[in-house]
Amino acid sequence: MAQATTTARRRTRRLNPIDAFLWLIRIVAVVVILVGLTNSLTSGRLSAQQWRDLMVFGVSQGSVYALIALGYTLVYGVLKFINFAHGEVFMSSTMIGFFAADALARSGMWNDQPIVSLFIVLIVCMLTSTLVAITLERVAYRPLRGSPRLVPLITSIGASFFLQYTFAGLFGVGTRSWPQVEILQGSWQFLGFRIVRTQAVVILAALAMMALLYVFVERTRTGRAMRAVAEDQETAALMGIDVNRTIVVVFGVGGAMAGVAGFLWGLAFQTVFFFTGFLPGIKAFTAAVLGGIGNIAGAMVGGISLGIFEQVGPSAVLAGLGVEGFNQLKDVVAFTALVLVLIFRPSGILGERLSEERA
Amino acid sequence: MRTRKRRAGALTAVVLSFMLVAAACGDDAAEPEFGDLGGVVVPPQGAVRIAALQAISGAVANLGADQVRAIQIAIDDFGPIEGHQVFLSIEDDLCLSAGGNTGASRIIADTQIIGVVGTSCSGAGVPASELISQAGRVMISGSNTSPSLTSTGNLEGNPVRADNWSEGYFRTAHNDEYQGDGAGQFLADFLGVASAAFIHDGDPYTEGLVNQARTAFESRGGTTAFFGAVGKDDTDMRPILTEVAAAGPEVLFFPIFQPAGDFIAKQAPEIAGFENIQLMGADGLLSQTFLSLPETEGMYFSGPAGRSSPEYDAMVAKYQELYNEPPVQAFHAHAYDAATLLMTKIAEVAEAQDDGTLHVDLRALRDALYATSGFQGLTGTITCNEFGDCAEPRISVYQNLDPSAGIGGTVGNVVWP
Amino acid sequence: MSLTAAETTELLPAREVQLDRAVRVGLIGGLTAMFIVTSGMLETFDLRMIVDPILSLGYVTLMAAPFAVGYVAGKAPPVLEGYAAPSVGARNVQAGAIAGALTGAIYALYALIIHVLDFSSVFIKLTEQTKKIVTLDMGAGGVLILALVMAVSGAVGGAVHLLERRWKRAVLYSAFWVVMFGLLEVLVSQIAFVRRISAVKELLYGTDAGLTLIGAVIIGGLVFAAYYYLDGRVRAATRRAMALEGQQRRRFILISLGVAIVFLAVLPQILGPFLSEVLDLAGVFLLMALGLNIVVGFAGLLDLGYVAFFAVGAYTTAILTSPVSPKWSPELSFWTAIPFIILAAAAAGVMVGTPVLRLRGDYLAIVTLGFGEIARILFLSDALKPYFGGAQGMLLIPDIDIGPFTIDDSISFFYPIYAFVILFAYLSYALQDSRVGRAWMAMREDESVAEAMGVNIVAAKLWAFVIGAIFAAIGGALFAHKIGSVFPESFAILVSITVLVLIIVGGMGSVPGVTVGALALVALPELLREFAEFKFLFYGTLLIFMMLNRPEGFIPSRRRARELHLDEVEQDAWLAQAAEQDPAPAE
Repeated sequence: MAQATTTARRRTRRLNPIDAFLWLIRIVAVVVILVGLTNSLTSGRLSAQQWRDLMVFGVSQGSVYALIALGYTLVYGVLKFINFAHGEVFMSSTMIGFFAADALARSGMWNDQPIVSLFIVLIVCMLTSTLVAITLERVAYRPLRGSPRLVPLITSIGASFFLQYTFAGLFGVGTRSWPQVEILQGSWQFLGFRIVRTQAVVILAALAMMALLYVFVERTRTGRAMRAVAEDQETAALMGIDVNRTIVVVFGVGGAMAGVAGFLWGLAFQTVFFFTGFLPGIKAFTAAVLGGIGNIAGAMVGGISLGIFEQVGPSAVLAGLGVEGFNQLKDVVAFTALVLVLIFRPSGILGERLSEERA
Repeated sequence: MRTRKRRAGALTAVVLSFMLVAAACGDDAAEPEFGDLGGVVVPPQGAVRIAALQAISGAVANLGADQVRAIQIAIDDFGPIEGHQVFLSIEDDLCLSAGGNTGASRIIADTQIIGVVGTSCSGAGVPASELISQAGRVMISGSNTSPSLTSTGNLEGNPVRADNWSEGYFRTAHNDEYQGDGAGQFLADFLGVASAAFIHDGDPYTEGLVNQARTAFESRGGTTAFFGAVGKDDTDMRPILTEVAAAGPEVLFFPIFQPAGDFIAKQAPEIAGFENIQLMGADGLLSQTFLSLPETEGMYFSGPAGRSSPEYDAMVAKYQELYNEPPVQAFHAHAYDAATLLMTKIAEVAEAQDDGTLHVDLRALRDALYATSGFQGLTGTITCNEFGDCAEPRISVYQNLDPSAGIGGTVGNVVWP
Repeated sequence: MSLTAAETTELLPAREVQLDRAVRVGLIGGLTAMFIVTSGMLETFDLRMIVDPILSLGYVTLMAAPFAVGYVAGKAPPVLEGYAAPSVGARNVQAGAIAGALTGAIYALYALIIHVLDFSSVFIKLTEQTKKIVTLDMGAGGVLILALVMAVSGAVGGAVHLLERRWKRAVLYSAFWVVMFGLLEVLVSQIAFVRRISAVKELLYGTDAGLTLIGAVIIGGLVFAAYYYLDGRVRAATRRAMALEGQQRRRFILISLGVAIVFLAVLPQILGPFLSEVLDLAGVFLLMALGLNIVVGFAGLLDLGYVAFFAVGAYTTAILTSPVSPKWSPELSFWTAIPFIILAAAAAGVMVGTPVLRLRGDYLAIVTLGFGEIARILFLSDALKPYFGGAQGMLLIPDIDIGPFTIDDSISFFYPIYAFVILFAYLSYALQDSRVGRAWMAMREDESVAEAMGVNIVAAKLWAFVIGAIFAAIGGALFAHKIGSVFPESFAILVSITVLVLIIVGGMGSVPGVTVGALALVALPELLREFAEFKFLFYGTLLIFMMLNRPEGFIPSRRRARELHLDEVEQDAWLAQAAEQDPAPAE
């Protein structure tokens, strides 16, 4: 660690113009953001209540990103490669979950026994995505263990196409819509925040899953095995850890988290089709990097910050700067925020954790 | 060893020169009896070939898949032409200009293909219409609405050829100029609202439509409370809806597509202040899956007039029977009309010969299409003008009163004019 | 070498074909057959004839499943050192037949189930038409026939291993090419002598889609003869050519260059407009791939937003040359616009490059991905519509003039595009061996060490981004002129990903590899157009398959292969040699 700082310091001295330039970017960014914020907040365009609403939307969207991001982070932490097909793992669970929910709705159970039905659908979602993730690992990634990192990246892109068009082939290209949950209609008031019930469920469930996962990785035997494999596969194998099994568990747990995300997606957004996984996948990957890839708490922090950036950012900053059609630019805000965060902190908000030597 | 190599070299030279000669000799197959665009000879027992150039993969696959199915139904309904079956080749335009370009190149490479139904997207239509037109073939689109493909200045009464007009290009979809104007009139004159909000999704179609509607609305004294855009693949619309609610319009006009349209309709009721804002979409949302959402009850939709007919209902029923789901997008009727129009005109100009072949003169086909007048289609009466715009320039507004009645129910409820 | 060592010691008994493995692959075959039915492939492909009138693409796809599992099941496990070679015989056929029969049985069961139970509200492709095709429209009897054919097909797949290597290759490839010729009718009939001489076309393809029976026999026979005759001879000839020295070698290189130039000059004329179109598109992607190869392959900077530079090139040329560009239209020609395109690209390269100087590995990847998306959204946005046309894009981009010639169709566009390809390929080679090229390699291996050795990391990184940006921007400009219009949707993430896939599948860091990768992978989806909406399904499957089989790419860079897995490459070479010395264990 100390050595790293000295190299950094040495570099700073030598690269002065670049550092000056980076500082310029930082200062300009801060000034622009402050001007935008002040203008937006003082214009009175949105009421205080509406600003609070935007924050809630950001947190709930971010929670879904965070859950998907966990899968990226776990796989990245252990295998050091980007599993591009993870968005499709998520999509598969929402799609299959739709059929389960639809069947329950047709039988009337969805409205009569909402809690039981939701539980059944949740299990279906988690099973589906776990199965898809484990199959992926077996077919597309395991034979390539030990190859350069970009090779499994390409098979994961291939797998992503394969899954998308498999679902398009099996279930058609039209959109499908999850049935509404009666008990989750309406909203709750909480500390002056108005939270739509589905969003409250999304946020709470995401937090709960995150806590569970944290305990699993930090406190259980399997979790310790995962961390050991992340650190050094060969040494872990020598220590008697079954590396293959551990990696399957990693994919399975990541898949299950994507399954929960798929379930929550079905509640909060309802509409699903074969392309649903693509963009959330990319956003979740962004969230994982934003928080510090390989770091579980980082995925949560990164997801929620990304959600807030893209939901609140356009209204708060761009509107104040008088940009036309500012909502269209939400991804510009999100990615610019990412660039700025990484300029300030080159390894994410919380830094990398699962394997520390890489920072 | 040396000799063998030399022999191989000589052989290569012979083959290469043969290829050169073959490449150099002109195509002497020009048929003397055809007009300046040439013609297609359908062999005895051979099929009359037409092509679909539609977006069948990617995020908008439902737009193209819907139209391909409609074209298949149209072919089935139309039956054989002079005893020759009609065979459809399916190409993907990817909803991109590059996709339209390669798709069209591949279609014109097949000299047996007489005409094309496509493209799905205006962006793909720009290069495709030029290529197909240059190759002498014709192309009829059921969902390109960009004025740049046909004519501009229609509302001022002196239409002129648009930048990307091509002689062999027709469409049964509307020129955006009409629908935008109709929607603006409806908002200002019929609903009598003073302020409206507009949202598009960055698609050339919806962007053009919204701008046109806004102009028409403002010229009738309305004010634009909010004008914004979402992304086609956005899912959380709550922030922009919050902005709309804060601006406090009486109507929100969002003539976009699914799935983004679904998210707006579903999330609007969650937003405080949206209780008194009337929702309105356009023909891009006139699909079964959208109309059956409970949140769309009471919503208005602008679209071409004359959509409701027993023929249309029969077509939807056939669609459901063949493909196990109701129409997944909104332009199937336009594509059905485009295909039927194409086949009707081919049948009109085709001349059966004694040897069992069928001759189709491409100049005659093009002229026949320009002469189309009063053709009864599922989307109304079709009359082609000199720019290739064939849809009836009459806009209706429908209201969804009962989500369970589906698309037939909604297009049966004409509220305007 | 080691073989002789093995011969002297006692050999362990051979590892035979395992029948329980046959059962496992048979199950996979059954699932595949179910998938082919349920995804609607069978129905979509049913109308497409491969050999008219006996074989449709639908049934070819369906039968390919048991054949493939039969082949896999019947294949003996690899001969390990110290083991005897397994005998070849009835056991291979038996294993193939078991796998095929199992596939057939599952298929038959599934066919019956979908006739009894109605799943059509979930699996919407299980239409009445599909149900008919599944049974050959003959009820239970048809299912039985198909299941039996599947068992036979599996047995045939297993029996292939009985053939001597030379025969095996010839048989497999002739079957493969018959299907390909049937599939690619539109393409084949575009090639000059098929296009010009209608007799050839009629002989091969008749009047309707698909090969005629005679055509199938001719193609099959020709391919068989070619593979049987050429087996081994091509490799020997290449080896001889490589061994040439001095005067002879120089002459050989000159002649090959001359032939290559003549070949490139007549290629688009021979191929006709559609295939030239595909080549043009491949050329544009190749320009990008050469650029990204510098960024990722040489300098090791993983860039997932490379499309941004492509967009910058396209939009710069659109603004400068189109008469209807919204804000300002100087109406330059393509050639006068080039310096401005290069300037704009370099500026964009610096803009993206500077903030990411401190980032490593995958942080860099995601930030560049972000830049790619930012570029697309900005070009699309209402906010910048007055400059870039927003959603309505930029239209009327003129053709390119070269002296008295106007470049306006796919055939003529081939020449400028490939002229730039040759120029950029040459530049890539030159850069690779230059000072900055060596700095990139050092930086790719280890940034800290490179810096300690005195490599100027900042300059090296910025040069990589700037040069990569210029390559992509020229590609984008040519693309814009070729299509004649620019829409923001053409610059989606997918383009960046495609280019990355090209260079990795081709062989990262290697110019010939990248070239082959681009030609193969851009042409591939165009050739797969015949599979309609299943195009990307096949594309994805092929990507996985290619990477599993050749993780180092088609033509890996020699330096890189050495670094990455020397041992594997050597082992491959050893195995190939061993296979040559010990052909077909049948004798």
